[in-house]
Amino acid sequence: MKIIVLIKQVPDTDNVKLDTKTGTMIREGLGTIINPLDLNAIEEAKKISEIIPSEINVITMGPPAAEEAIKEAIAMGADKGYLVSDRKFAGSDSWATSMVLAETIKKTGNFDLILAGEKAIDGETGQVGPEVASMLDIPFSTYITNISVKDNGVEVVRTVEDGYQNQFLPFPCLLTVLSNINEPSIPNLEGKIKARKYISDKIDSSKLKIEDEYLGLKGSPTRVVKISTPKIQRQSSIYKGSEIDDGIKDLIKELQKMALI
Amino acid sequence: MGKNILVLGEIRRGKILNVTYELIGKAKELAVKKNEKVSVLLLFDSIDKKPEYLFGFGADKVICIKNKSLFFFNQEIQISVISHMIKNINPEIVLCGATSSGRTILPAVAGKINTGLTADCTGLDIEESSGLLLQTRPAIGGNIMATIKTPNHRPQMATVRPKTFSIPQRIDKSGEIEYINLDKKFFESKIKNLSFTDLNSDEKNIQDLDVIVSGGKGLKRAETFKTLYNLAELLNGGVGASRPTVEAKWIKYPHQVGLSGKVVSPKLYFAIGISGAVQHLAGMQTSEFIVAINKDPDCPIFKVCDIGFVGDLFQVLPKLITAIKEKKRF
Ligand SMILES: Cc1cc2nc3c(=O)[nH]c(=O)nc-3n(C[C@H](O)[C@H](O)[C@H](O)COP(=O)(O)OP(=O)(O)OC[C@H]3O[C@@H](n4cnc5c(N)ncnc54)[C@H](O)[C@@H]3O)c2cc1C
Ligand SMILES: Nc1ncnc2c1ncn2[C@@H]1O[C@H](COP(=O)(O)O)[C@@H](O)[C@H]1O
Repeated sequence: MKIIVLIKQVPDTDNVKLDTKTGTMIREGLGTIINPLDLNAIEEAKKISEIIPSEINVITMGPPAAEEAIKEAIAMGADKGYLVSDRKFAGSDSWATSMVLAETIKKTGNFDLILAGEKAIDGETGQVGPEVASMLDIPFSTYITNISVKDNGVEVVRTVEDGYQNQFLPFPCLLTVLSNINEPSIPNLEGKIKARKYISDKIDSSKLKIEDEYLGLKGSPTRVVKISTPKIQRQSSIYKGSEIDDGIKDLIKELQKMALI
Repeated sequence: MGKNILVLGEIRRGKILNVTYELIGKAKELAVKKNEKVSVLLLFDSIDKKPEYLFGFGADKVICIKNKSLFFFNQEIQISVISHMIKNINPEIVLCGATSSGRTILPAVAGKINTGLTADCTGLDIEESSGLLLQTRPAIGGNIMATIKTPNHRPQMATVRPKTFSIPQRIDKSGEIEYINLDKKFFESKIKNLSFTDLNSDEKNIQDLDVIVSGGKGLKRAETFKTLYNLAELLNGGVGASRPTVEAKWIKYPHQVGLSGKVVSPKLYFAIGISGAVQHLAGMQTSEFIVAINKDPDCPIFKVCDIGFVGDLFQVLPKLITAIKEKKRF
């Protein structure tokens, strides 16, 4: 089997600090990591390949520095990595990103399964998985928390608002995963050594069948026209020690105002 | 019919979701500004209200597609029917709830019909100069708001978070109903729905609730969640959780609030023994009223709360519960 995992390099918001004046994240000096849910996707690919031997390919679209993400994936157990990088891709929205990823996937040959994260922690759109599947015209499912591989497809559990939906999808198909599908493992020494020497396959726009007008910012249907920092103003009333009883009285009044009691 | 705004109604196992009414109301507001009509597309097998019921919220036309394969959610069928209908109706704007279904279907539709899509909007408006849809959404964990336009592609599409807009007062108003019969090929799918298991009552969707009582690592052990359930029950709410408590298996994943869990915006949110890491705040900071209980006076949750108690939750919580019970008795 061949499994493709789509991975995205994102700023490491775990170490993020907030600018106390503006309330925004300070992005400078943040390291980068593989999008956390994509680690779950890599882990799941590994779990599947333990049952049915599979070649795991990771694909990332990003700046040249995203090579680091590929090395990390190799260390975790991926077999092969493609770095899709070109200045012309800059400013891509989810449609334009999906277009490039879908064309890259077509170029890299037949596959059985594509795994992606449900969403990325930076853009948080959660659109790339479904858009790639639709551009490849293959069945897909989302919010996946369990995968079992059958002869000609997968049985999955989608965890949605009101319950757990079991679906069967034939190969080739795409799945987006949630974090509780598994526990990503830490790369072992062997993996790290392999990763250090690994050089990914590079793909740029000249290798893809996409006209320039569909690339990057120019090819993106959506435009960000304004960024603002919402400052939710709250009059915090803080009660400590002996004030707590008064605080509870105030809270009760609020609950009555809200008609909750 | 002239230009119109299309709302994709959501009917989940026979029940129209509230987000449908919310979006029709908002669509009407936008349509008035653009002098357009509001159409609603409903895909269902059974439905708990007559389609005519939607006129009163602002719909001018309701287009119905009824088929037994539409009872359970099947993304492939939804996508093929909706893409086809969008091409036929040719709306200026398409709005859909940012539910698990909407967030699954719409990106694929955008991929099929080659247009833009803005996810999880919390604000919609019409730009006066251009008539374009202004779509505002939180980004980077709610720390910034981005306003997005789709200048050259049609339709302009957005998924909108449930409860962003309120359900409009229903008025007496009529409209047009159309039932469409599509070829049976639209209802065929390679995806098979095998079964559906409802959440247990303790797993009910916290995004639908007005009151959420959430607990964090400060609860110390799984049992403490029982006390949170007691408080939640008194206020007719449910229980939420921070990620570490889910990882520790004190409570199940559907309860997780935050960046990698659910985004909630209830009337009242309790953060009990939760420090208020950015990833948690991302999931709850737009709640209307926030109450925090934490023993550490410097923890970030106190910066976003309306009422904060600096103290031991094992003392404050019982006091609070007793006080509420007292009040409820009278
Ligand atoms: C990519 C990523 C995604 C994440 N997504 C999420 C997410 O979706 N949701 C989420 O919640 N987190 C998420 N996290 C984790 C997040 O960074 C924090 O680690 C987490 O929110 C902390 O949970 P907590 O507040 O329960 O625990 P802690 O930070 O350990 O806080 C426990 C608090 O309890 C207080 N306390 C202890 N004992 C008592 C007592 N007796 N009485 C009163 N107070 C007490 C302490 O003072 C402390 O403030 C994510 C992290 C990453 C990197
Ligand atoms: N630039 C990218 N390169 C590779 N995969 C991506 C990229 N952007 C998004 N993805 C995949 O799509 C998922 C959802 O991302 P998003 O739609 O940006 O929230 C991620 O978890 C990745 O699996």
